[in-house]
Amino acid sequence: MTAPDPAVGRAVATADVLVVGGGLHGCSAALHCARNGLSVIVVEKDTVGRHASGVNAGGVRRLGRAIAEIPLSLAAMEIWHRIADLVDDDCGFRPAPQIKVAETDTQMQALADRAAMLRDLGYAHETVLDRDELFRLLPAVSQHCVGGLASLGDGFADPYRTTAAFRRKAERLGVRVLEGCAALGVEVRQGGFRLRTAGGPLDGGILVNCGGAWAGAIAAQLGEPVPVEPIAPMMLVTSRLPPFCRAVVGAAGRPLSFKQMDNGTVVIGGGRRGTIDAGGNATRLRLGELAKTARTASEIFPIVGRAEIVRGWAGIEGRMPDDLPVIGPSSTTDGAYHAFGFSAHGFQLGPVVGSALADLIVGRRPDLPLAPFRIGRFSASIASTAPGGAPPPTDRCV
Amino acid sequence: MDSTDLAIIGAGPAGLAAAATVAGTGASVVLLDEQPLPGGQIYRGVEMVQMLRPKTFGFFGPEFAAGADLAKALRGSAVDYRPGSVVWDVSPDLVLHYSRDGRSRGLAARHVLIASGALERPVPIPGWTLPGVMTVGALQILLKADALVPRVPAVLAGAGPLLLLLAVQYLRAGAPPTAIVETVPKDAYRRSARHLPQALRGWRSLLKGRGWMRELARAGVPWYRGCTGLRVEGGDRAEALAFDHDGGRRRIAADVIALHQGVVPNTQLTRLVGCAHDWDSGQRCFRPRLDAWQASTVEGIWVAGDGGGIAGAKAAEWQGRLAGLAIAGRLGRLDERDRDRQAAPLRTALARELAVRPLLDALYHPSPEVLCPADDVIVCRCEEVTAGRVREAVRLGCPGPNQAKSFLRCGMGPCQGRLCGLTVTEIIARERGLDPAEIGSYRIRPPLKPLPLAELAALDDEAEAPV
Repeated sequence: MTAPDPAVGRAVATADVLVVGGGLHGCSAALHCARNGLSVIVVEKDTVGRHASGVNAGGVRRLGRAIAEIPLSLAAMEIWHRIADLVDDDCGFRPAPQIKVAETDTQMQALADRAAMLRDLGYAHETVLDRDELFRLLPAVSQHCVGGLASLGDGFADPYRTTAAFRRKAERLGVRVLEGCAALGVEVRQGGFRLRTAGGPLDGGILVNCGGAWAGAIAAQLGEPVPVEPIAPMMLVTSRLPPFCRAVVGAAGRPLSFKQMDNGTVVIGGGRRGTIDAGGNATRLRLGELAKTARTASEIFPIVGRAEIVRGWAGIEGRMPDDLPVIGPSSTTDGAYHAFGFSAHGFQLGPVVGSALADLIVGRRPDLPLAPFRIGRFSASIASTAPGGAPPPTDRCV
Repeated sequence: MDSTDLAIIGAGPAGLAAAATVAGTGASVVLLDEQPLPGGQIYRGVEMVQMLRPKTFGFFGPEFAAGADLAKALRGSAVDYRPGSVVWDVSPDLVLHYSRDGRSRGLAARHVLIASGALERPVPIPGWTLPGVMTVGALQILLKADALVPRVPAVLAGAGPLLLLLAVQYLRAGAPPTAIVETVPKDAYRRSARHLPQALRGWRSLLKGRGWMRELARAGVPWYRGCTGLRVEGGDRAEALAFDHDGGRRRIAADVIALHQGVVPNTQLTRLVGCAHDWDSGQRCFRPRLDAWQASTVEGIWVAGDGGGIAGAKAAEWQGRLAGLAIAGRLGRLDERDRDRQAAPLRTALARELAVRPLLDALYHPSPEVLCPADDVIVCRCEEVTAGRVREAVRLGCPGPNQAKSFLRCGMGPCQGRLCGLTVTEIIARERGLDPAEIGSYRIRPPLKPLPLAELAALDDEAEAPV
């Protein structure tokens, strides 16, 4: 890493690892690689945390995960509870129950079935709440709710602060982060990669693709196109209300993510989507859809009907057809790795996915099962252009 | 969803002039305004003053009568005027959402004219958040709308024509201010003199200003010039204004302190829609980029009046008419030749109004301590973020206002950065050694102003913008 900075010099900057994408996963991968003694350059086309990583709902959630993600999610949760040990900042993390509310007996039965299935698989983090337990935990929830499913040891964090903390810690370990430096193309060379960027060429032995909604371009250049779809989940924040809710709340029957912050504001999301501008880098809210989110929130927590909405926004995220991320080595090119397509539930996994990638890169066997996330799972459907072949969508509550 | 040829936001001189121009060609016009009566801030409640307090009508000067004419033209026109409407979203495909009588509705327009005017430049000095500190503009609104003056004499501090106007009006109302504490540097008069020849084209404005100064001097209102280091002192509320003057520290006891550093374009709407903006280094503010017909860079979005750059009420009226002519042309209601013929005298009048601006901009340049306040001064009032914390965030690698917002929550409160936006941009620019143009400003998100959640929940699905 002795060559001059590509932004100022003509010479080609080099590093052991080139990371594309300065979101949480890119910064986490860089941080963990640096901890393993590797030199790293992160390129980010905008600024760190500009999109989904910086503006998501901040849920740190094991509740309702797809079965394949549970081992990662459990491991990540361990790290979250002592996140400052990793990044020297508490990331605004607050332990809080995550609760999915049932509004009908049918929904309640489905939640109970899920809890039973998880128990059979040996997981104990999700517990059924009867009506009394639900109201004890959520005194302000609407009277029509009948119960819920909870993961009591979960929480939430400040997404932008988290991404910034991972970036700063990575930089303290020697990682260089180049903002406003879009990756324009990748060339596979002997012993590594040449990445063409807006700031000049970069050479590296290892390439890590954490490009989020834009990751498909790098994957395609590596000869493994994937159906990653840019989506823009919308969120709202209200004016401050007196404390009334100390859990992060979702709903079994409709999209909702609901939490009251320490300052009294309420952040409401749930996955209803805005639109993405033609340029692909900015979002617009769809007010009719947002109205549905507002309705859901005020029906489940009548108290927020009185609140004022201060702001709405949306962040751009990559979604896969099966709502599972792509994590692991390239199927075509030695030395290339992917971590993208978290389908609006990647925030909690950030600390652990970077660690697993670093393990793979230094040749250690990660102690987490990554097979379900392999990029090759789409090759059949891409080749046949048939939408079938992918597993059915799993739960994707934010 | 409701639809119209032209939707106008704001019923001040620009909006009223444009409405009359376009409605006169037979096109449909909807005029949305937050206030219950037409006139904007400059002609605020002009009909009410004329009707209920005819004796005070002359008090506000002959210019105020121009507002009465504009309001009268509105009442006699086919314009669909909807007072009490708060516009909280405008999309680039020209769909507006606004709240009126506790209900939100959508409105699809073929053209949108943003005439939402100016707001007072925030004056972040130590103690500016204490009760008893107001803005000169706010006091003038109380005077116009309700004939109210403070029960105790006020200290007026800062710079700008509005400060002097209020001082004169208070004097004439029998409530002379305790003092005028002017922050215009002493050499500013000399430095701005080079703009005088051009400014003489707008000699009426100059004479007016000179008359005010004489009147105040004759009345013996204490007038401290070239003041710096302004600080509002007090515990639970304002008790005094302290400042440096002529090499010494002064302190004037006051329960009411009115601050003013001029006005700046309110760009919240043009930012929300995504119009391009340029940095105006003379006026230290952003303004939307407009062509000679007041068209913004977003197709179908037009801007007239102080929202496009500070030029005053008469200029706003001429710009409103110019935009109106261009829009009528685009709607096929006016051929190009008629449009240009009618525009020519407007352009002459506009140039005369604009002639005095460089002098005023140079003379009343906001003071540096207000543009980049000291570390302990709160810049974001909603979230109580100090200038020092913004600087610290920059040192931690925060490159611009939107990252500062995420770092610190500044600009995340109910005003969405209307009050702190320019200050945060200036502070970051100074810290990073860059021009504010390179730093940019907050991204603005709907709702533009706080909206009851229940009102959004009740929004009709058919109000959804076509995707």
